[in-house]
Amino acid sequence: MTRRYSALSLFKEGLAGQTGWKQAWRSPEPKSSYDAIVIGGGGHGLATAYYLAKNHNITRVAVLEKGWIGGGNTGRNTTVVRSNYYYPESVELYGLAHRLYEGLSKDLNYNVMLSQRGMVNLCHSTAEMEIGARTVNAMQINGIDAELFSPEDVRRVAPIYNFSPDARFPVFGGIWQGRAGTARHDAVAWGYARAASRLGVDIIQNCEITDFIVEGGRCRGIQTTRGAIRADRIGMAVAGHSSVLAAKAGFRLPINSYALQACVSEPVKPVLDTVVLSPGTGVYVSQSDKGEIVIGGGLDRIPSYAQRGNLPTLETVIAGLLEMFPIFGQLKLMRQWAGIVDVVPDSSPIIGESPLPNLFLNCGWGTGGFKAIPAGGTLLANLLATGKHNDISRPFDLNRFASGRLIDEAAGSGIAH
Amino acid sequence: MQLFPCPFCGPRDETEFHYGGDAGNVRPDGADVPIDRWANYLYLRGNPKGAAREIWVHMTCGEFFVMERDTLSHKVLSSAELGGEHTI
Repeated sequence: MTRRYSALSLFKEGLAGQTGWKQAWRSPEPKSSYDAIVIGGGGHGLATAYYLAKNHNITRVAVLEKGWIGGGNTGRNTTVVRSNYYYPESVELYGLAHRLYEGLSKDLNYNVMLSQRGMVNLCHSTAEMEIGARTVNAMQINGIDAELFSPEDVRRVAPIYNFSPDARFPVFGGIWQGRAGTARHDAVAWGYARAASRLGVDIIQNCEITDFIVEGGRCRGIQTTRGAIRADRIGMAVAGHSSVLAAKAGFRLPINSYALQACVSEPVKPVLDTVVLSPGTGVYVSQSDKGEIVIGGGLDRIPSYAQRGNLPTLETVIAGLLEMFPIFGQLKLMRQWAGIVDVVPDSSPIIGESPLPNLFLNCGWGTGGFKAIPAGGTLLANLLATGKHNDISRPFDLNRFASGRLIDEAAGSGIAH
Repeated sequence: MQLFPCPFCGPRDETEFHYGGDAGNVRPDGADVPIDRWANYLYLRGNPKGAAREIWVHMTCGEFFVMERDTLSHKVLSSAELGGEHTI
């Protein structure tokens, strides 16, 4: 019987022939009612359930997932964790997520393999260096670690970059965040699932939402492929499928769904021990602990729900990769995939009550949801428990699209879409 | 590479086209349009999974047109010149 993971439990199980490991989370039948329901068993949904139980002592909670947990964007991202944003509202939000990530393995008793190897956003011209200095200043004023890198600094952390005199995207410097890095994405989903399950949360997979139960103008539950389930507080964290559920609930969202692709190479010996992003190519690269080169780029150009991605965008990404790292010209790609991301006009998330009372939103993370999982979970849990915003989530309410008070990180921190 | 049908030039590479939003999203007219109506026009989208009716521009010839497309299978269902009901 091994409930707590530790070096000692690993040693004991080694002696016992690995026979004592228990299932990491329970798979119960859905009950007919709960205090709160979370739709979506990705990182954000599972984190929401965990923080409902841990921070608010609400444990009669169900997480409903139409496929398997962590099988959507949580298992399809490029695993980068960072908080190099521009506006104070974003810094509060992503800074919270980043701090929680730093303590997450201990908090969940599950190794999420956070590796704070640093990240450099390159600057390819003197004009980009000026913008880089502005970004670094903004981050420092907002209390986030940032450093303006010289070309020599970039050469020190990423010596394999293309520094040749005829490089298409020469390095004038970069924006460095030393606390940034990567984490094992599946472990984040599984760690939250295990920790939530141990606090009493029901994780129900293969359970798709077919409709909302609306009584007296308020959401009172949901119809699923496994029957009706009632609750007076319902949260949804379904990323690229938010508009589909919103249509069932009778409202529209400021979201377009696009495929975002990524790919990995065959594993090779260590050559890159940081994360490098080039705004010129829109490509960012890191090397996984297994040795694969993990490659991400910009959005596909065509609104889509197809989780596979288009060839022209992949070609652009690979061309950009080779401009940055000609050394990778002989690498073989091992896998390519896409996730459906929920792109919002100002590239900031939507957190708050939906137009259907009792139904709360956590969506609009676009291309950057993974890094925000602990914050998205904390804030949606707070909304479900109290029915009210706190100071961190309030600026991200859906009403900003009517008031015009957008948080434009597309312009602020140059998000590549 | 997928081919999209431009009603003026025929089938062309998808990279020659740019997405222009939902078809039928008509700009509100007049001086006293309520805030919610503006937000609706500027930001809220149907974003359907499946059949979608969209405005596209063929950047090579510069013409805007309406394309009906399946957002899950990427199959093109129809492509036609803009009618009088749309305002770009």
